[in-house]
Amino acid sequence: MKKRYLIPALIILSVISLFVGVSSISITDLFDFQSEETQIFLISRLPRLVAILLAGAGMSMAGLIMQQLSRNKFVSPTTAGTLDATRLGILVSMLLFANASMLEKMTVAFAFALAGTFLFMKILDRIKFKDAIFIPLVGLMFGNILSSVTTFFAYRADVIQNMSAWLQGDFSMIMKGSYELLYISVPVFVIAYFYANRFTVAGMGEDFSKNLGMKYRSVVNLGLVLVALITATVVLTVGMIPFLGLIIPNIISIFKGDHLQKTLPHTAMLGAIFLLVCDILGRVLIYPYEISISLMVGVIGSFIFLFLLFRGKAYA
Amino acid sequence: MIQVRELTKLYGKKQVVENVSVDIQRGQITSFIGPNGAGKSTLLSMVSRLLDADTGEVLIDSTNTKKLKSNDFSKRVSILKQSNYMNVRLTIRELVSFGRFPYSKGRLNDEDEKMVDQSIDYMDLKEMENSYLDELSGGQRQRAFIAMVIAQDTDYILLDEPLNNLDMKHSVQIMKILRRLVDELGKTVVIVLHDINFASVYSDRIVALKNGRVVKDGTTEEIIQSAALKEIYDMDIPIQQMDNCRICVYFNS
Repeated sequence: MKKRYLIPALIILSVISLFVGVSSISITDLFDFQSEETQIFLISRLPRLVAILLAGAGMSMAGLIMQQLSRNKFVSPTTAGTLDATRLGILVSMLLFANASMLEKMTVAFAFALAGTFLFMKILDRIKFKDAIFIPLVGLMFGNILSSVTTFFAYRADVIQNMSAWLQGDFSMIMKGSYELLYISVPVFVIAYFYANRFTVAGMGEDFSKNLGMKYRSVVNLGLVLVALITATVVLTVGMIPFLGLIIPNIISIFKGDHLQKTLPHTAMLGAIFLLVCDILGRVLIYPYEISISLMVGVIGSFIFLFLLFRGKAYA
Repeated sequence: MIQVRELTKLYGKKQVVENVSVDIQRGQITSFIGPNGAGKSTLLSMVSRLLDADTGEVLIDSTNTKKLKSNDFSKRVSILKQSNYMNVRLTIRELVSFGRFPYSKGRLNDEDEKMVDQSIDYMDLKEMENSYLDELSGGQRQRAFIAMVIAQDTDYILLDEPLNNLDMKHSVQIMKILRRLVDELGKTVVIVLHDINFASVYSDRIVALKNGRVVKDGTTEEIIQSAALKEIYDMDIPIQQMDNCRICVYFNS
């Protein structure tokens, strides 16, 4: 998991991603700016690549921060109800504002993601039995409760179809004009990196943080805000991508430890690489059709997750 | 000197620490002893500001600790609590580097690096400085945490039951290290201990608590007496002098 392997892999996969698709584009086509190929490249392929990179890096970093702050290796936006809370937020924004703009949806989704994650952390505080497996189970249950609330109201309002679009992560709909919200995650990455040391200290517990003179609560709250921001933008533009925030940080942790300042860049890169691989496979396997990204990540990710589980609770 | 003035802590209606006043002298090891639930750990947590006292105050070198910013406080007083589970994968060196957090916020300068090196050397952890904490034995991990506290470079070092889960060899090793910190580096160590004989052999002063109150406070010779121990533990404990050590034979009393 060294940078000198991750960076070339990221570049090669990015190039492959740009040139895989139903309409074949060659590099020479791009020299003609007016050609249809160049248009497809600029309107569809490039935005798709950027969206994959940002979403992959973002969800993995969100997972890493959550695992650190909750002190549990199996907590992530998927297993802590963050994704489900975001979806509930999107539903609420659709019901409140008839034709909600992207920014309105974003604000409400963010508020719900934050509230959901915060609530989960509060539940964590109250659980005395801090078993590594028990806590994500509580999170999954919590998420399912939120999800059933969402389904109930979506059913009443007749927007089930519309809602399930948010459920399935999908990069095939990404086009110029529909993904730019994801750029919000760029400053979030910078802040996360700047606060990496504080998140690491917070991961050692409240007493440990206080001993080092750090304001534990404000660091945890900042972390939750960053996680909610990333999750809300990704779910709104791409849809739910399960497991990514769970497996990527765990793989990096095994090889590189938990010093966030050292592992954040690796986690972000591996997340992007993993998502790129899943996306390219999804596009190639049943060509010219496409397997949705959440299915690909779900299948591959759950196998890796099972592997991590069987690797032994000792490590977790 | 740390001056504890009339500290009280309530959990619900129960007073776990009741009107406690104690002076902790510089350059000594002071041990807090007493039966379970006497309020030793709670008292230590209040002195180190991990817990807020309900009433009373703590003065450190004549300054009220409440008036110190948390960052400044962490340069003067450090506390190690027994964390029963540590699942963060950090190397020893990374952990010790966090001892410099109050000074550098994680971006270490040359002086910080030097302090980290010295602390690791002092704890004899140089060869394993790149090992992860979860790969170490209990004694090695405890030494790594003490190295971090040394890097934190505080005058006062507070430890809450540092011998928990350690075998005899490592317990003795840790106590010898604490003694050296006081004798060689001029630190002031306050420690919550369960084993009265470790308190007897290694500390300068002993403060005995019972039901949230101080029942005895004095030099080790004054406290390690059958009469005093009877008052603290409700047990008849004979004392045996062996070389320079006063050993409490409590196993069959």
